[in-house]
Amino acid sequence: MNDPILILGATSAIARATAGAFAARGHAIYLAGRDMDELPRIAADLRVRHGVEVRYGSFDAEATDTHAAFLKSVIEEMQGLSGVVLAFGYLGDQIAARDFSIGAKVIAANFSGAASILSHCANYFEPLKNGFIIGISSVAGERGRQSNYVYGAAKGALSLYLQGLRNRLFPSGVRVITVKPGFVDTAMTYGLPGLFLVASPQDIGERIARAPEKSADVLYLPWFWRYIMLIIMHIPEPIFKRLKL
Amino acid sequence: MGTLITPLSGWGRYPVQSCELERPERYADLRANTDSVIARGQGRSYGDAALNENDRVLLTERVNRMLDFDIEQGILRAEAGTTLAEILPVIVPKGWFLPVTPGTKFVSLGGCVAADVHGKNHHHDGSFGDHVLALEMILADGSRVSCSATKRPELFWATVGGMGLTGIIGEVTLKLVPVTSAYMKVQNRAAENLEQLFNLLQDPEQDDRYTVAWIDCLASGANLGRGVAMFGHHADADHLPPSLGNPLVAKPGRSKNLPFDFPGWVLNAKSIGAFNDFYFKREGGKQRPFLSGYDAYFYPLDGIGQWNRMYGKRGFVQYQCVIPDASAYEGIKALLEELSASKRSSFLAVLKRLGAQGSGMLSFPLAGYTLALDLPVRDEGLFGLLDKLDEIVLRHGGRVYLAKDARLSAASFRAMYPRYDEFMIVKKSVDPENRFGSSMSRRLEIGGGRHE
Repeated sequence: MNDPILILGATSAIARATAGAFAARGHAIYLAGRDMDELPRIAADLRVRHGVEVRYGSFDAEATDTHAAFLKSVIEEMQGLSGVVLAFGYLGDQIAARDFSIGAKVIAANFSGAASILSHCANYFEPLKNGFIIGISSVAGERGRQSNYVYGAAKGALSLYLQGLRNRLFPSGVRVITVKPGFVDTAMTYGLPGLFLVASPQDIGERIARAPEKSADVLYLPWFWRYIMLIIMHIPEPIFKRLKL
Repeated sequence: MGTLITPLSGWGRYPVQSCELERPERYADLRANTDSVIARGQGRSYGDAALNENDRVLLTERVNRMLDFDIEQGILRAEAGTTLAEILPVIVPKGWFLPVTPGTKFVSLGGCVAADVHGKNHHHDGSFGDHVLALEMILADGSRVSCSATKRPELFWATVGGMGLTGIIGEVTLKLVPVTSAYMKVQNRAAENLEQLFNLLQDPEQDDRYTVAWIDCLASGANLGRGVAMFGHHADADHLPPSLGNPLVAKPGRSKNLPFDFPGWVLNAKSIGAFNDFYFKREGGKQRPFLSGYDAYFYPLDGIGQWNRMYGKRGFVQYQCVIPDASAYEGIKALLEELSASKRSSFLAVLKRLGAQGSGMLSFPLAGYTLALDLPVRDEGLFGLLDKLDEIVLRHGGRVYLAKDARLSAASFRAMYPRYDEFMIVKKSVDPENRFGSSMSRRLEIGGGRHE
């Protein structure tokens, strides 16, 4: 199969667009996710549009004890992997901050689950001295805000994890790329008030698929979020804590 | 799942109404979640067919997966949100084409079925629904059922042309037509008046698979109905110059967006008249047959994104009607005379021949001639004119196309669509609580009048 890419959490709009952008470049694709009604539909669509080999299978980010066997089966089925895109995430809502039973789920999905499957991916790529890992984190992980700090904390932890992983895999020549999208027009954000400069999933997917060809380690998408976050990071805490963000 | 309350309109940008939008990304989320809902694909119907004032509009644009393409048989199965623009680059390089296409490719499969759209080949190939092998519907009770011309045919033919009022169209299976090239062979012929134009379109010697005529609406008197008839068919790969390269890949054109609303004064009798003179001379002057990529041939306006902004902020109404063969010439002539007398100018006027009426209970086409006019909304006087046009259409036994309509009366609708009662029997059986409704269905009192 042609340079297969594993997409973890393949049913979101960003993941679907990213898979499409890789398929358009001729990569074989493996779609992993929980929704077994949606996966075959997305897989069929990629095959019809791009004429590439597409497989899919059930994957649960929170079921960390299944991850090793899952990755092994994917590698066997695809006869190796050339890259992994970690695209799953779970926003939860503000209740997550007050009710830790929901907060725990947000952390499990966005961080623990991610760290678990990525550790197996890293162990696979490291001896190959080839390949890439793209982790989709969030600008929400840069600074804690009252509106979604549990999600932000989990994504912030993921960003740190990816940073460390990049450091570890650098000598092996394995790329680790952190993607930090701003507002993207997805089911997660649809109808939310107060959004601005909302990007289309297609644009984000195209940028993500281009990332392995480029040199950046951390990618804000679209690019201007780097500067928006620069400003937000420089607001002094005594002021920041008074803001309603 | 989030919803978005926002002002919404059709392609004509009239009327504008506040609707509650929901945009599912999963097939399982295509459901009637409220008392009143209408599915909306690309919003390319012109009036209020895909609006639901103060109620739910279900956007299908993200449920657009192509599920199966049988390259041997030319059969495509796709989710209803898939657009023709997405389908064409997949099928044309494999030697297949859409059996029927409207004048824009930025329409969804579901919309094509719900409006039972027609193309320039209606007199040979019928309308869109004639080529649909099967539909999967999501009904009011949430059940998924498949239907076709042989399986639950009453549901199928109520849905084809049924403006989304029988349920949500989930999947469409379409039979494609084979082609050997991505090019069209086109022949234009000028006509100095309406009679000549009709003679051209009727002449079996001139006829081709695709025919359409453009009319200069500002010409009057002896030149009333002057225009250019355009004849075309899919070019045979063997007859293409080798310089074109792969015959199944047409060289792409560039596209531009209309970046702002034209002020109202830009389109007036003088500017339209100047354009029409130019266009008549340029297109009518093409004496020899020429080759055109399918995109430029079928979708000339798609090259200018958001061309609807040309008509200014208040939008426009497209008036499209069909008059049966027996009275077509008199009827179209009366319509053009009424328009000419009103001193309102239509920038775009298109005359097409339609073939036999299909099986869709609320489908538009019937054997005759169809006239389409774009009329900017500048003042309320326009609606008086359109009511007069309705009277002419009714007097000649014709009907108005619902996919374009924004203002027809319920009484005129009943008189134009005699199979309404039959449609309602099916609608009541699958949607007893009338959950599928739109601003159009309430205006036309389909399934009852205004709801609270």
